[in-house]
Amino acid sequence: MRTSPHLIKPTPLQVVMLKVAVALLPGIAAYAWVFGAGILLQILLATVTALATEAACLKLRNYPIKPFITDGSAIVTAWLLALSLPPLSSWWMVVLATVIAIGLAKHLYGGLGQNPFNPAMVGFAVMMVSFPAQMSRWNAPLSLPSVDLTSWQQIGYILSGHLPQGLSFDTLASATPLDSVKTALLQQHSMSDIFSGAIFQSADCLSFLPSSVALIAVAYLLGGLYLLQQRIIAWPLPVAFLTVLLGMSGLFHLINPAQYTSPAFHLLSGAAVLGAFFIVTDPVTAPTTLRGRLIYAALIGLLTWLIRTFGGYPDGVAFAVLIMNIAAPFLDQYTQPAVFGRKPQRGVKHGH
Amino acid sequence: MNAQIFPFHGGVHPPEMKDLSNRSPIVAMPIPARLSIPLQQSIGNIAQPLVSVGERVLKGQMLAAANGNISAAVHAPTSGQVIALDAQAVAHPSGLTQSCLTLASDGLDEWIAREKFDWRAAMQRGDAKAIREYVQNMGVVGQGGAVFPSHLKLISREPLDTLIINGAECEPYITCDDRLMRERAIEIVAGIAIVRQLLNAKQVLIGIEDNKPEAIEALRTALMGCGFSAQVVVVPTLYPSGGAKQLIKLLTNIEVPSGVRSTDLGVQCFNVATIYSIYAALEHAEPVISRVVTLTGNVEKPCNVEALIGTPIDDLLKFAGLKSPSDCIYGGPMMGFTLPSTQVGLTKAGNCIIAMDAANFPEKPREMPCIRCGECAVACPQELQPMDLYWFARSKNFGKAQERNLFDCIECGACAYVCPSSIQLVDYYRFAKSEIWDAERAKKSADTARERHEFKQFREEREKEEKAARLAARAAGQSVSARAAPKPPVGEVAATEASVAPIADGDDKAAKIRAAMARAAAAKGETPASSAAAPAIDADKAAKIKAAMAAAAAKKAAANTPAAHNPTDVAGAGLPQDTVAKPAIDEEKAAKIRAAMAAAAAKKAAKVAGETAPVVEPVIAGVENPVEAVVEKPAMDEEKAAKIRAAMAAAAAKKAAKAAQSDKDAQ
Repeated sequence: MRTSPHLIKPTPLQVVMLKVAVALLPGIAAYAWVFGAGILLQILLATVTALATEAACLKLRNYPIKPFITDGSAIVTAWLLALSLPPLSSWWMVVLATVIAIGLAKHLYGGLGQNPFNPAMVGFAVMMVSFPAQMSRWNAPLSLPSVDLTSWQQIGYILSGHLPQGLSFDTLASATPLDSVKTALLQQHSMSDIFSGAIFQSADCLSFLPSSVALIAVAYLLGGLYLLQQRIIAWPLPVAFLTVLLGMSGLFHLINPAQYTSPAFHLLSGAAVLGAFFIVTDPVTAPTTLRGRLIYAALIGLLTWLIRTFGGYPDGVAFAVLIMNIAAPFLDQYTQPAVFGRKPQRGVKHGH
Repeated sequence: MNAQIFPFHGGVHPPEMKDLSNRSPIVAMPIPARLSIPLQQSIGNIAQPLVSVGERVLKGQMLAAANGNISAAVHAPTSGQVIALDAQAVAHPSGLTQSCLTLASDGLDEWIAREKFDWRAAMQRGDAKAIREYVQNMGVVGQGGAVFPSHLKLISREPLDTLIINGAECEPYITCDDRLMRERAIEIVAGIAIVRQLLNAKQVLIGIEDNKPEAIEALRTALMGCGFSAQVVVVPTLYPSGGAKQLIKLLTNIEVPSGVRSTDLGVQCFNVATIYSIYAALEHAEPVISRVVTLTGNVEKPCNVEALIGTPIDDLLKFAGLKSPSDCIYGGPMMGFTLPSTQVGLTKAGNCIIAMDAANFPEKPREMPCIRCGECAVACPQELQPMDLYWFARSKNFGKAQERNLFDCIECGACAYVCPSSIQLVDYYRFAKSEIWDAERAKKSADTARERHEFKQFREEREKEEKAARLAARAAGQSVSARAAPKPPVGEVAATEASVAPIADGDDKAAKIRAAMARAAAAKGETPASSAAAPAIDADKAAKIKAAMAAAAAKKAAANTPAAHNPTDVAGAGLPQDTVAKPAIDEEKAAKIRAAMAAAAAKKAAKVAGETAPVVEPVIAGVENPVEAVVEKPAMDEEKAAKIRAAMAAAAAKKAAKAAQSDKDAQ
């Protein structure tokens, strides 16, 4: 005995997750091109850890392992997390972050579909709060004229924590653009001074941002557009998020360009584009109504700008997302659309 | 050429699969040897059989008559002998049995004498009722699948704005309406003309999906020179455009909310096959004894056949050449159900039978958790939030599900079709709906039981009183002195009653308080209450009174259904009753009765009190005023308070009477 409908559209969950993973590939490629092959090891570490944690949690919860471990959701979480951490983080950092994301943020709340918070962002936020020093150690893009590590050296450093003879991390380190702007502004430098600094003055710079960093953002954007085209993600989320982020930064940049960075800088640096298309759009933790989604994403945009501009952290996407995750059920509750036949009267054709 | 259309939200477009069966003309299915005809062929009551086992019946003879208004007659599809009238499996998803009539055909196919009904004459003399009755007696029901008795839709007090003819046939695989429109367009147009006239429709719109160009063409041709204006509106192929609500929206932009009849919004919708049946019934006196059904799926020759109602599904599948034994869908793949058995007979609802093959109907994949992707909300034509309803149904939060318009769900299955987690969403909604219906039924029967119980108590008391009155009358006849009578009737009755009276707190103190109140009521206006000296009532007593009052108020609030009580019975009793326990009378009437009864009780109490030596007086007087004060608490709404007071006075009167009696006994 079967019940209707007897037909189903063949787009299972795996396909959805697969498409998200595919959409991340250009971003990953650009990332590896800019920062080196270390990121590939990070992704591998995160993936293996995520699958192992997922399997262990499913076993503990007496769930069948195969259908759930093959749904692809853990892999997407792992990749997003690896892309959020500094590329030369030690292996234990990415492993720990992934265990937290899958074990704590996902399975402790009931597994797939039940987590109120975005697992990757929980993993990132826990690391950010617990290991602020390590989390701010970004190496410079390879294109910058500094001491470079080969891919093997990067991998060796991630796994062992030892750099080749005669190198210290400081020689590799480079604050991210968001970081350096924040630090400089705190030290009362004006915007023009900041952008004449080292990382902004390399050969291939867009005057406010290393073009290589912008390349990663563009690659993420490509993947995001693919997801939009495939109708995997809901358009209101990235649109509202980016509109408010750009709107706020644009407005304040117009008022006082010496104090506030430009919208282009906000868009292309940090996790803005990655967040817009891959994190804000996580359906599990976002509202489901149109108005709810617009409000949700707009407020993430606002919070991101506020945290970046006035907060203690260089980037604000992760915290903004987590804060708004809590509000998602509330937004759903209060933005229920009118159902068929119960809409307020609006000049309905009626023959009386 | 085409009229404006107003798209509805959502919808899905599954593979159409219509070209399997839409290429060959409708063929007549041979008369089967045995027909199994369910007596319930409408959404309403089961028809009442008119024939008995062994009887020979003729084709078109009424086998069972409509039972009530929401019901339709059932006729013999061919001539033959009734060989059984019993419960059999029917084409219903439950798999439960239902009374069916089994007919062994004699192969003669001999018609009963038919007399053409002159509906035009009936129309002219304004006898719409006769036409409706005739249509009901011809067994015409909606053949789109809902089997709603059609005569109920032929009522129109004022001219109808829009008559919609549903030829959308939006479900995949089904092509019976398509073929019917192609081949019998003239008859359908004639049927439309009839219905249009019956309903006095100003506008006629025929909605057909754009994947049926031949049917569109055929109807347009048939409409030329038909003498009235009707328009074929081509709608995009998008499931469920053939749902009545969706088609009405598409063609008129009117959204019919659940629980509202489309007629009230000036629209009425008929399926083309139903229109054809109405035509056949009114013009040719042919009852609904056959229908066109699509046989498709895993069969050698997918086709459309005109089959007699009651033809076993097995015969139909054999006719189409079933390739391998497989489960069958009755209806379309989106809303149909799998048949529990292929032995069941075809019903008037049966528009399609699909033999399922593994390639097109694979086992459904495992349900995964909902990831709230919202695809279901995008697909839902009723603009619901299916993922929320799923969540509420799963957690058995039925109240919330209802709040979020669960009952607006038309179970079209679009949500489950698109769900990437393969969740059988519609099953959850069906479950929630049936649980809610069940709870409502249980509540209703509990209410009825309570009312019955209360009425029984009331009746028993009344009988006792009447008996006592008779005894008293006899006693009065024997003894000259009423004073010397060993048992004054009122006292006796009251005593019995007091033991029965189901008041919230039947304890002694409360009883005394009530007695005091009754006395107060009796004395009102005559004797000024000796209030000045009254000491403060003890808090405990006050609390009890409040509790009693709250109980009374609660009961009143609970009594929302009019009771079966006969008010004359109540009034005729003329004796104090415990009205607090009988809340279920219509409000106003109840209030009057209670007032009358309270007055009677008060009188009686006064009389008894008058006859009694005032021994108990001080005790009662002590609490008199405070009770009064509590009762007259201004916070309570006036009317309710009055009612409660009356009720309590009545009860107290009994107590007072009892007290008087015991007092007398003491003397």
